[in-house]
Amino acid sequence: MMTKERMDTIKETLKPKVLEKLLSEDKVELRGEDVVLKGDYYKKQVRIALKNCDIIDPTNIEEYIAFDGYYALYKSLTERKPGDIVDEIKNSLLRGRGGAGFPTGRKWDEAYKYEADKKYIICNADEGDPGAFMDRSILEKDPHSVLEGMALGGYAIGSDQGYIYVRAEYPMAVKRLEIALKQAREYGLLGNNIFGSGFNFDIELRLGSGAFVCGEGTALMESIEGRRGMPRPKLHRTAHVGLWGKPTIINNVETLANVPVIINRGYEWFRGIGTEESPGTKVFALVGKVENAGLVEVPMGMSLREIIFDIGGGAQDGKEYKAVQTGGPSGGCIPADLIDTPVDFESLGKIWSIMGSGGMVVMDENTCMVDIAKFFLDFSVEESCGKCVPCREGTKRMYEILDRITKGEGVDGDIERLEELSETVSSASLCGLGQTAPNPVITTLKYYRHEYEAHIHDKKCPAKSCKSLIKYFIEDTCIGCTRCAKACPVGCISGKVKELHVIDQSMCIKCGACYDVCPVKPIKAVSII
Amino acid sequence: MEFKFDMEKNSSKITAFKNFLDEKKNTKGPLMPALQQAQEVFGYLPMEILEIISKTLQIPMAEIYGVATFYSQFSFIPQGENKISVCLGTACYVKGAQSILEEIESQLGIKSGFTTPDQKFSIASARCVGDCSIAPVILVNEDVYAKVKKSEIKNIINKYK
Repeated sequence: MMTKERMDTIKETLKPKVLEKLLSEDKVELRGEDVVLKGDYYKKQVRIALKNCDIIDPTNIEEYIAFDGYYALYKSLTERKPGDIVDEIKNSLLRGRGGAGFPTGRKWDEAYKYEADKKYIICNADEGDPGAFMDRSILEKDPHSVLEGMALGGYAIGSDQGYIYVRAEYPMAVKRLEIALKQAREYGLLGNNIFGSGFNFDIELRLGSGAFVCGEGTALMESIEGRRGMPRPKLHRTAHVGLWGKPTIINNVETLANVPVIINRGYEWFRGIGTEESPGTKVFALVGKVENAGLVEVPMGMSLREIIFDIGGGAQDGKEYKAVQTGGPSGGCIPADLIDTPVDFESLGKIWSIMGSGGMVVMDENTCMVDIAKFFLDFSVEESCGKCVPCREGTKRMYEILDRITKGEGVDGDIERLEELSETVSSASLCGLGQTAPNPVITTLKYYRHEYEAHIHDKKCPAKSCKSLIKYFIEDTCIGCTRCAKACPVGCISGKVKELHVIDQSMCIKCGACYDVCPVKPIKAVSII
Repeated sequence: MEFKFDMEKNSSKITAFKNFLDEKKNTKGPLMPALQQAQEVFGYLPMEILEIISKTLQIPMAEIYGVATFYSQFSFIPQGENKISVCLGTACYVKGAQSILEEIESQLGIKSGFTTPDQKFSIASARCVGDCSIAPVILVNEDVYAKVKKSEIKNIINKYK
């Protein structure tokens, strides 16, 4: 059995060693009592969910303990009542980091108050948004923080069984979780009579099998129960009737990783970070056409400008920053003139986007907004489970209209049809996938309507990205190096050495190979019109 | 595609799988882990194995079929030892990728999306693989073949026989 004395011994002997090694590698620095990663990229970051990532060895439970791990669980099991834990989380105003932002404490309270012979707690690790990988990082680099968060949740609501539903596409995360679970059991931090308190809790790992919709709470429960992952009608709260009809709490990975820190440091400390209505931090996966891509964890309320420019370094290759897409297939595109918007649940909602799970895809001048909307709709069409007709059929029809527009075959009335379909799909679908699937279309129509109109009426793609609407053309500045002619896969470029080359437009497949190889500087001789 | 699941050849795997099922059968919701294990061990979901799952776990075949078709990671036909992907992106297409695909199909005697009876090869068509400048492109497992000509197909396939 694990005891406080044993944890103290581990901490006292191991922490100085680990710290010495990290400091000698010049990897970390001390910020007050906290050990944080060193470098400009990390200066503006405040790491709570990621606090141990890249600092401790995730395959060694003792290093997690050395950095205050499992102390929150010890304190809770030995000194505090379940109701106190629920209150602590309620007072912290921690909100679900999976996307919707529902207050975690209120969720727990519902299950806590509901009498039942069995309750479950599920960790939703079915991270499926394209361009988002914060949950994977936490699972791979600090799995014990999630296990401890789950055990605390289990104690708070009166559950002795947890499930982690992780997507099969994350083999490394699965491996690390298996190691962490095994070690936690060996050290008596999972299992029966944890810390001699009489509290029993264990966790089972369940794998997804490649269905995005299983990230939806009730679809995930269907999948664990061994059925098709289709969302349930919302007749009951899952906190009352969830997995196998029992009260069930389902929390996202990042949410759970916040829990032990809040219990350790108290809700007042947590409320001091971030904004009044959205305290704490949020992890974002800053990707796309941005200079410094990677994971950033910042206090809620930080402006998009600080995240994208001060931390991310702005658009890549000196291109002009155009927009940022947040919230994945359920989110929206935020145009450049709203760059000073603070990032929290309320502010993003006001400008028609969502916080989502934390994907932040930066776009530059060459990104076509109609094409982006089409990309996300294609995703929703593929991943719709097919239960609700408006989602199954509506997203497909929306995709077809968008596809037509990007091919230069858009007709009068297409925009209105898209708007009408958006309304139907979002209001008549059962789950979040359908309800939010039209969002990429709604926001791009709101902020970039002129791009849609240019595609439909002028048959032009302002971003010069839609292949059917552009032409490659060789200007007089051509030096006749013949590189383009050699690169052309269809052999439609002709011209002699040191003479102007010409593209045969009737054969050109617009692959862009000629543009890529053209060596003329500073403006390439191949232009896109 | 005609193929038969070799019960004898797989007998040790089947025994191990049955033990796995016996372990799982009293846990709650054992179907997904069972299907995942079968997919991993046998490379696909053979009918014979699904019948074993159905009997052991007392779940009707129809229900198992419903679940297995919902998730994209499950397959009902064996994948070949060597997976040939033919890029049918625009650049490859105009450079004759379709005729390359047809040549591979006739050499192996199967259509795209299927596996040879000896389970050595399976063919799939791919969306653009982003190698337009060296079109047409085919991939065998992870090997990339550039500017493929119809006359070269035979030699390429022979390398993997």
